[in-house]
Amino acid sequence: MASLIAGGIDCDVHPAVPHLTSLLPYLNDYWRDQVTTRGMVDLISQSYPQNSPITARPDWRPETGKPGESLEAMQRHVLDAFRLECAICNPLYGVQMVFSEDMQAAFCRALNDWLAKEWLDRDPRLRGSIVIPTQSVEKAVAEIERCAHDKRFVQVLMLVMGDTPLGKRALWPIYEAAERLELPVGIHAGSAYHNPPTAVGWGSYHIEDYVGQAQAFQTQLTSLIVEGVFAKYPRLKMVMLESGVSWIAPYLWRLHKFWRGVRMETPWVDRAPLEIVRSNIRFSLQPFDAPPEPQTLIRLFDHMQSDELVLFSTDYPHWQFDGQDALPEGLSPDLVRKIMIDNPHATYPRLK
Amino acid sequence: MNIQFRENQEAASPLTVKTAIADCDIHPARTTHTELYPYLAKRWQHHLEVYGVHAYQGMMEGPPYPKAQPNASRRDAYPPEGGPQGSSLAFMQKQLLDPNNVQLGVLNPLNTGQGIRNHELSAALCSAINDWQIDKWTSKDKRLKASIVVGNEDGLSAAAEIRERAGDKNFVQVLLLSRNVEPLGQRRYWPIYQAAEEAGLPVGVHAFGFGGNPITPSGWPSYYIEEMVGHSQCQQSALASLVLEGVFERFPKLKMVMIEAGFGWAPSLAWRLDKAWQRLRSEVPHVKRPPSEYIREQVWWTTQPMEDPERREDLFDVIKWIGWDKLLFATDYPHWDYDEPSRVLPAGVSEADREAFYLGNAKKLYGLN
Repeated sequence: MASLIAGGIDCDVHPAVPHLTSLLPYLNDYWRDQVTTRGMVDLISQSYPQNSPITARPDWRPETGKPGESLEAMQRHVLDAFRLECAICNPLYGVQMVFSEDMQAAFCRALNDWLAKEWLDRDPRLRGSIVIPTQSVEKAVAEIERCAHDKRFVQVLMLVMGDTPLGKRALWPIYEAAERLELPVGIHAGSAYHNPPTAVGWGSYHIEDYVGQAQAFQTQLTSLIVEGVFAKYPRLKMVMLESGVSWIAPYLWRLHKFWRGVRMETPWVDRAPLEIVRSNIRFSLQPFDAPPEPQTLIRLFDHMQSDELVLFSTDYPHWQFDGQDALPEGLSPDLVRKIMIDNPHATYPRLK
Repeated sequence: MNIQFRENQEAASPLTVKTAIADCDIHPARTTHTELYPYLAKRWQHHLEVYGVHAYQGMMEGPPYPKAQPNASRRDAYPPEGGPQGSSLAFMQKQLLDPNNVQLGVLNPLNTGQGIRNHELSAALCSAINDWQIDKWTSKDKRLKASIVVGNEDGLSAAAEIRERAGDKNFVQVLLLSRNVEPLGQRRYWPIYQAAEEAGLPVGVHAFGFGGNPITPSGWPSYYIEEMVGHSQCQQSALASLVLEGVFERFPKLKMVMIEAGFGWAPSLAWRLDKAWQRLRSEVPHVKRPPSEYIREQVWWTTQPMEDPERREDLFDVIKWIGWDKLLFATDYPHWDYDEPSRVLPAGVSEADREAFYLGNAKKLYGLN
């Protein structure tokens, strides 16, 4: 494996909310009462069943409780072990699955306050992502503006599978706020399950949902590009988190070809999709979904024709690699430095 | 990609004899909407006139994402005698089969009985289109071979249609579309695979179709280009389903052809499946081998529309990872995103790979000499 260097930025770690009741102190009286009176249960998404092998590396799995719920464990397993300068916390608590926009907004607000108090306050290396209630664009923008005062929040976080394709114009006020406040928008694997998790319907298995994340990212990139998000907000950065990387080049070859064929349909797309991706889109490293042979890997990175696309991530506590082997074999020291340090800094202005 | 209208196309054709090719994705069309009536019971003729086909989408006719040009077809492909593009055998011979020296042309009719909600009507229309393929096309030009179109949502009647046509040399494969009510690996479709395996016929899965599911896992997008690009994601999900439901394990002699959905994504999907399977195989104990092995052994890929990297050699890495023995050349005639046979492979490809790509793989797969 390529050698890790100190001072890296881990762009995808997952602190876990122990239980919905952990958010009670951060809810107002009305919502606290709703949660208790209605007997609401913990919001665990099917995307990450707690005991699934992929949800936690065996040596990162606690004896009790949820993987990722202990700050001390995260410090020991990644912050110290990988000698990180900082790590960006992307909570995957299932607040996006509820259908009421009021409930979703209350839960997002509580989740963001919980993250600030119970994680960011307790380790200066941690940074946060603002989880937003996408059912209401108005409430989502309000939440971004509320949290953005705290400079430790470095990005906005959305799921790759929500209610509508991400490029849809109705969502644009979110992107306007993000660009204005120097917050990249992170798009993370996972579904609100408001639509079937594949474009051909409901599969039978957890593994099918997990493999399908890559296809979801592909359709979202198409939507974001052809709707014209980056023509309207050219400084906006988006980061595909836990997306996989080996599909990027061949996907873009296809998109680029069709764009050349039917660009008259979306004349506001003012640059080639390949160029838009190179300037505005980034991808987290793990899961690195390619075979272990260095020769193949070198070709894959070469196909991307850019050394700026990939950002270091461990995807803690998910099980994507063993030991310290977060970097696949065959990466040059220059590329390692770009992935671990330069590219994250170039992507997240608030890390400075 | 998009066609340039050339007034004097015949004059532009080279006079030398071209190497023979197989074209594994040709779309024959009906001249009139009543052309299938001779093959349909009176009841269904009446039904179509009164109620239409009632598809898994809202439009009475035509697609909800309007195509970039009429019938998504080349503007130079209208037959001189009238009718839509792809509806005249004589003009197809003149424009496609003769000048390109097509030795084998595989017909994949679209807009048939697939993707419609009345499953009895679906079966009747599919059977009609199969008779029509023989009468109008394969009996009149021996280079052309038909696909058995089946009512996709009713596995049992689809299997019956396959068994009825099995052994008929007019047909070389069974045809499904990628988008159905459920992912293609689901049990409701297994009778189709069983019948195809018994008949020794590959199952072609052509991009497109309607099953009622939004064409992204985040709902319906806005544009035709999203549907076009999205067909490759649909195909990936359909293939993942086939692997993870154990279809290839249960039907080890089954061969499947991924048609018109690209192939650049194939290695990436196979690697991703392998990696997830290493972690999660206890959930799918019926998938006994790494997913990439099933894909490598039992799946073929038609070439059009070829992915188009800025550096052509990048695509050859991908082809090497898939295997030169698994690609089947296709033009998609008469559709607008037609791939021109003389232009898809640059110099530098070995003679053996070139022959396999253009003709040998297809003849071997479809059992033709």
